[in-house]
Amino acid sequence: MTFIPLFFVLPLAAAFIIPILGKIAKSLIWIFVTLVSFALFVLALYGAAVTQEVPMIVYQMGNWPPPLGIVMAFDSFSAFMTLVISMLVFAGSVFSLRYISHYTGQWKFYTLYMLITAGMMGIVITGDLFNMFVFLEIAAISSYALVAFGVDAEELEASFKYMVMGEVGGLTFLLAIALLYAKTSTLNLADISNSLQLVGHTPFFWLVLGMMLLAFSIKSAFVPFHSWLPDAHPAAPAPISSLLSGIFIKVLGMYTAARIIFNVFGLSRANAPALFNVLVGIGLLSIAFAGVTALSQKDYKRLLGYSSVSQVGYIMLGFGIGNYYGVAGAIFYILAHALAKGLLFLTSGSVVNATGTRDLTKLAGLGEKMSTTAWSFRFGSMSLIGLPPFVGFFAKWLICLGALKAGFGWLAVVAIALSVLTLSYLLKIENSVFMKKGKTQAAKAPFTMRIAMVFLVVLIIVLGIGFQSVIEFIVGPAANALLRGLEYANLVFGSAAVGF
Amino acid sequence: MSLIVKTVTTIMIGFIFIYGAYIILHGHLTPGGGFAGGVIIAGAFILKILAFGSEAIDEKKSEMGSSIFESVGALLFIGVAIAGLVLAGTFFLNFLPKGIPLHLWSAGIIPFCNIAIGIKVGAGLFSIFLALAAVKYVMTD
Repeated sequence: MTFIPLFFVLPLAAAFIIPILGKIAKSLIWIFVTLVSFALFVLALYGAAVTQEVPMIVYQMGNWPPPLGIVMAFDSFSAFMTLVISMLVFAGSVFSLRYISHYTGQWKFYTLYMLITAGMMGIVITGDLFNMFVFLEIAAISSYALVAFGVDAEELEASFKYMVMGEVGGLTFLLAIALLYAKTSTLNLADISNSLQLVGHTPFFWLVLGMMLLAFSIKSAFVPFHSWLPDAHPAAPAPISSLLSGIFIKVLGMYTAARIIFNVFGLSRANAPALFNVLVGIGLLSIAFAGVTALSQKDYKRLLGYSSVSQVGYIMLGFGIGNYYGVAGAIFYILAHALAKGLLFLTSGSVVNATGTRDLTKLAGLGEKMSTTAWSFRFGSMSLIGLPPFVGFFAKWLICLGALKAGFGWLAVVAIALSVLTLSYLLKIENSVFMKKGKTQAAKAPFTMRIAMVFLVVLIIVLGIGFQSVIEFIVGPAANALLRGLEYANLVFGSAAVGF
Repeated sequence: MSLIVKTVTTIMIGFIFIYGAYIILHGHLTPGGGFAGGVIIAGAFILKILAFGSEAIDEKKSEMGSSIFESVGALLFIGVAIAGLVLAGTFFLNFLPKGIPLHLWSAGIIPFCNIAIGIKVGAGLFSIFLALAAVKYVMTD
C-alpha cells in the first residue's frame, strides 16, 4: 500500500518545486499545481476504493512498527476526508488562475496553497498525535500567511488576530499532548487509546480532553471562539476563503475532535452522555448565534464567514447526537457544506473580480450579467439551506433522523427551524446582488472561474441525486470507522502485524 | 562598521562556515546536526551583512539565491525519503548500509538528511534575515 505517503508527499514536493519553477517558467506554475491537485483527487478516489475492502491500512514510516515509529493509519474516515479536501483543492486551483493574476508574487501563493494542502492531508491520514500537531501547524501557519496575502491593512489585521487566536489553540493542543505523553509515555494514537483505558475516566482524563476540545473549538471557530473567522476568511483571496471555510476548519477542528473523542478516548453517548450533551449545546449555540449575526452583515464574504460558523454547528450537532445516523449525518454534512460553502466563496471571488467590491449595498443587478456565477450561487444556496435533491438536504435529513432515533424529537424540529436563518441570510445576498435591478459594471466571469464553479455545482447535484451510493460507499463506512471506538487500536496493531 | 570589525569578520567567516559544515556532517555522531549547523552557516552570512552593511550585497540576487537553496534543501530531504520508497519499497526507509558506528560513513541516510536540513535551515534563516534587512529598501521603493 505504497500510495499512502503520496497524499502529503506530492503537495509537499510540489510546494518546494514551485519556487524553482517560478524562476524558470512562471506560466507553468498554474498547470503544475492543477495537475498535482488532480492527481490528489485521483489518489483520493483510489484510496476510497481500497478502503471498501480493507477496513484499515497502516503504513509504517521507514518500516518502524507502530508503538515506536510513526504510522499513517488510513481508514474510511480518512479516505472520506482526503476525497473532500482534494475536490476543493482542485476547484480552488482551477479558479486561482485568473483570480490571482493581479497579485504580485504568484509563486508564493501557489507554494502556500500546496503547503496548506499537505498539512490538511497529513492531519487526516496520520496515526500519531504529535505528527498530527506538526501537520496542523503546517496547515495553520500557511493559512496565516495566505490570509495576509493581499498585505492591505485590513488583511494584515485579520491575519494577526487569526494568528493569535489560532496559536492559543495550537499551544493548548501542544500542552495537552505533553500531559498525555507524560501519563502514557507514547504518542501513537492507538497506543494512547490502549493506555487511556487503564487510566479510566479520572479528572486527568477529562482535563486533557477538555484542553483538546478547547483547542479544536478555536480552530473550527465555535461560538464563543469564533471572532477571528469572520475577519480572516473574508480577508483571504477567494480560492483560499473557499478552502478555509469549506474544509480547513473541519479538518483542523472537526476531524481531529471526532477522531480523538471516538477512537482515542473511546467515548460514546452510552458511556459519556454529559459530554455529548455539551457537544449538542455548543452546536446549537453556534447555529443560532452566528446565524442571527449573519443576518445583519453588509459584506458579501463576511456574511458567508458567519454562515460558516453557523453551519459547522450542524456538524457538531450530528456528532453530539452520537448514534449511527447522527454521526453519518455529521460526516455527510462535512461533504455537503464543503461543496456548498466552497462554491459560495468562489462566487464571491467571481463577483469581487468583476466589480472590485464586496459591499452588498453597492452591488446590484449582476444576475443577468454574470449568469453562471448567479446560478452557481443559487445552486450552492439551495444545497446549504437543505432543499432536495441537493446534497445538503440529505445531510440535514440524516442528522434529523439521528435526533429522532436518539429520542430528541425537539432537536430535529429546532435544527430544521434554524434552517430559516440560513435561508434568510442567503436570500439577502441573492436579493441585493443578483435580483435587484441596478447598474453595477461587471464583465462575465473568466472561463477557468466558471469551470471551477460548474465543477462544484455538478458535484452538488450528482452527489445529491446519488445520495444512496454516497451513504453506502463513502459516508457510511466513515461513520462506522468512528463508531468502532476503541476497536481502532486493535485494528491499527492488527493491520500493522499483517503488513497492510 | 570600523576597519577592525571588517577585517576580523573577513577572517572569521571562513572558519564559522567550516564549523557549521562540521556540525552538519557530524550530526549523526556528535551533538548538533542539520538544524544547528544550518543556523551557524546562516550566521556566517549574517555576520558579513552586519559588518559591511546591506549596501555591500545585492539583496535581490541574494534573496533569489537563498530561496533557491531553501527549495533545493527541502527537495533533497523529500528526495531522500522518496528514494527509500522507490529503491526499497518503504517511505523514509533507511536503505543505505549502516556502516560501523561512530565512523563518518555510518547511519545510512541520516547524514544525507542532515545535509538537506542544513541547506534548508541555513538558506531559510538567511532569507528571513534578508527580508528583515530589506524592509527599508521595500518601503522606499
